[in-house]
Amino acid sequence: MSRLSEISPPETSIPAISIRQLNHYYGQGSLRKQVLFDINLDIEPSEIIILTGPSGSGKTTLLTLLGSLRSVQEGNLSILGQELLHATKEQMTLARRNIGFIFQAHNLLNFLTAYQNVEMALEIQEVTEAEADARIRAVLSAVGLKDRMDYYPSDLSGGQKQRVAIARALVSQPKIILADEPTAALDKKSGRDVVEMMEKLAREQGCTILLVTHDNRILDLADRILYMEDGYLVNRSDITATVQ
Amino acid sequence: MTQRKKPLFLSWLQLRKERARLLVAIAGISFADVLMFLQMGFRGALFSSAVEFHHSLNGEIVMLSSRSRSLIALDRFTERRLYQAAGVTGVASVSPIYLNSLQWRNPENKEIWEIYAIGINPEHQVLNIPGVAANRARLREPDTVLFNLGSRREFGAIARRFQAGETIITEIDQRQIQVRGLFKLSPTFGINAYLVTSDVNFLRMATFRQGGLIDVGVIKLKPGADVQAVLAEMRSRLPNDVKVMTRDDYAKAEVAFWNASTPVGYTFDLGVVIAFIVGAVIVYQILYSDVTDHLPEYATLKAMGFRDRYLLIVVFQEALILAVLGFVPGTAIALGIYRITNLATMLPMAMDIGRIVFVLILTAIMSSLSAAIAVRKLQTADPADIF
Repeated sequence: MSRLSEISPPETSIPAISIRQLNHYYGQGSLRKQVLFDINLDIEPSEIIILTGPSGSGKTTLLTLLGSLRSVQEGNLSILGQELLHATKEQMTLARRNIGFIFQAHNLLNFLTAYQNVEMALEIQEVTEAEADARIRAVLSAVGLKDRMDYYPSDLSGGQKQRVAIARALVSQPKIILADEPTAALDKKSGRDVVEMMEKLAREQGCTILLVTHDNRILDLADRILYMEDGYLVNRSDITATVQ
Repeated sequence: MTQRKKPLFLSWLQLRKERARLLVAIAGISFADVLMFLQMGFRGALFSSAVEFHHSLNGEIVMLSSRSRSLIALDRFTERRLYQAAGVTGVASVSPIYLNSLQWRNPENKEIWEIYAIGINPEHQVLNIPGVAANRARLREPDTVLFNLGSRREFGAIARRFQAGETIITEIDQRQIQVRGLFKLSPTFGINAYLVTSDVNFLRMATFRQGGLIDVGVIKLKPGADVQAVLAEMRSRLPNDVKVMTRDDYAKAEVAFWNASTPVGYTFDLGVVIAFIVGAVIVYQILYSDVTDHLPEYATLKAMGFRDRYLLIVVFQEALILAVLGFVPGTAIALGIYRITNLATMLPMAMDIGRIVFVLILTAIMSSLSAAIAVRKLQTADPADIF
C-alpha cells in the first residue's frame, strides 16, 4: 500500500481532500496577480465532484494544486491527510503517486503500446509481474480495449486513446482521480461513454473523482457540482440543482 | 513484495520507435568511431613501423653520435668509440652499422627512388630479421644486396620477380648490383624501402661515405651482464661525442622524435579530438531533438509521480545504447579500412584490444557528455503545464 495511508489515521475519519483559505498567485512583484481567492473545500472519500465554470476562472490552477503539480503558496491543502503546504519536491512527487490523472489530451507515450502505457503506471508501484499483468489486462478489458492491447496510440481513435488514459489512471488503484476536460476532444456519445466508464470503475474501487469540465451533458453523473468564477468557489443553485 | 515487476526498457522502446533517427544516430557514431580508429591506426602504424629497425638490433645496448636524433636525422661517429666500449667488462661483441639513403633504379622503368641502405658486417648476426639472418652469407660476394619484401611498388615488383626465380640486376648510385635475397621491414613515414648489404658493399655504393665513420653501433652483452652497470661504465669512459642507451630507450627516443619534433603525432592526436567532437555533436543533436519531441510525455511521467532521476537515466541509457550500437559497425568498418590501407601502403595497420577498449570508452564518454548537455532540456518539462 501507499506510504501515505500508513502514516494517516483511519481513512473514514479524514476527507480525501481538504482545503482551507487557499490563495494562489501568478507572477512576481508588480505583475503579481491573484488567481485563487480564499478557497475552502472538503471532499469525502469516494465522492464524485464536477468542477465547472468559465475559462480563466482558476479551475485548472486549483486542479494542478490538488494534484501536487504546483507548490501551495498560501493556505492549507491536504491530500489523503498529507499537508502540501511547504512540501518538498520529493514529497510532492510521492504525493502524485496516489493520484490518477486524466488529461484533456490523452498524453499517452506514443512509443509504447496501449498495454505498455498502462504498465508505465505500475513502474512506480510495488507489484509482482503476475499481478501487474492481471491488473493491466483487467482494466483494459473494462474500458473495452481487450483486443487493442498491442496497438500504438497512433493506431487508436480519439475515444480509444482517452480510454487507455483512463485505464492508465485507474490501474494503480489511486484514492483520487483528477480529470481535466476528459471529454473535450471527444464527440458527444464517446464523451459520455468515457465518463460513465470512469464513474463505474471509480465506484468499484471507492475512489474520489474531481472532474473539471464545461460539458453540461455529463453534469448528472456527479454527487456534487462546484462552480468557480474569477478565482472564487461560488454557490450557483441553478447549476448545482442538476444533481438529483 | 518478493518478485517485483520487471521494469519497462523505456530508453530502448523509445529509440526503436523512430527507425530513421536511430539509423542516423548509429551512422553518425560509427563514422566518428571509424575516424578515431583511423587516426589512432595511422599513429600506431607510424610509431610501430618507425621502430621496427630498432627492435631488430641484436644487442642490448646501442651507440649513437650524440647529435643523432632519429633514423632520418643521423650523425656519424668514429667506430673507434665502439671498440673502446668493447673493452668494458660484460661486453660480448660489438658491430658497426652504416646507414644512408641511396639511389635505387627501378629496373622496370629506370626511375630513381631513394632507398634506405643498411650496411652490416655479414659475419655477425646484427639484425634479428629472418630474411637477413638466412641470407647474410651471400653478402660476402661483391655488389650484392638483400631487398625489402614490404617495399612500395614504385621500386618495381622486385619481391615477386625474385621469388619467381628471376635474376634481378639494377643500379644503386650508378653501381650495378644484384638482389640475392629478401627480408621484411615495414616502410615508415620517413623511409619508403630498405635494403641490407655488407659494410664493404655499402662503401662501394656510397662512394661519398668514409669507412670507419659509422651511424649506429650495436653492443651485445655476455649472458648475465648488468645492462645499467655496463652503460654507466661506458658513459664514464667514453667522450661525449657519442651516447649509449638500451635498445628500448633507443626505440623510445625514435617515437619521441616523431611525436615531438615532427607534426605527425600532433596531427593524428588532433584528428582523434576532432572525430570525438564530431561524434559528440551528432549524438547531442539526436538526443536533444529526441528529448524535445518527448517533452509532453516526460511531463506526463513527472505528473504520474516519476522522479527526475528516472528520466535522466532514460536519456543516459539512450546515449549508451547508441554508443554501443554505433561502436560495433564502426569497429568492423575500421578493421576493413585497416586491411585496405595495409595492402595499399604496406604500413603496419594493426588493431589491438587496448585500442578497441579505448575507443569504446571514448564513445561512451562522447555519448554521455552529449546526454549531459541534452538533459538540461528535461528541466523544461513542467508537469503543471500539461493540463
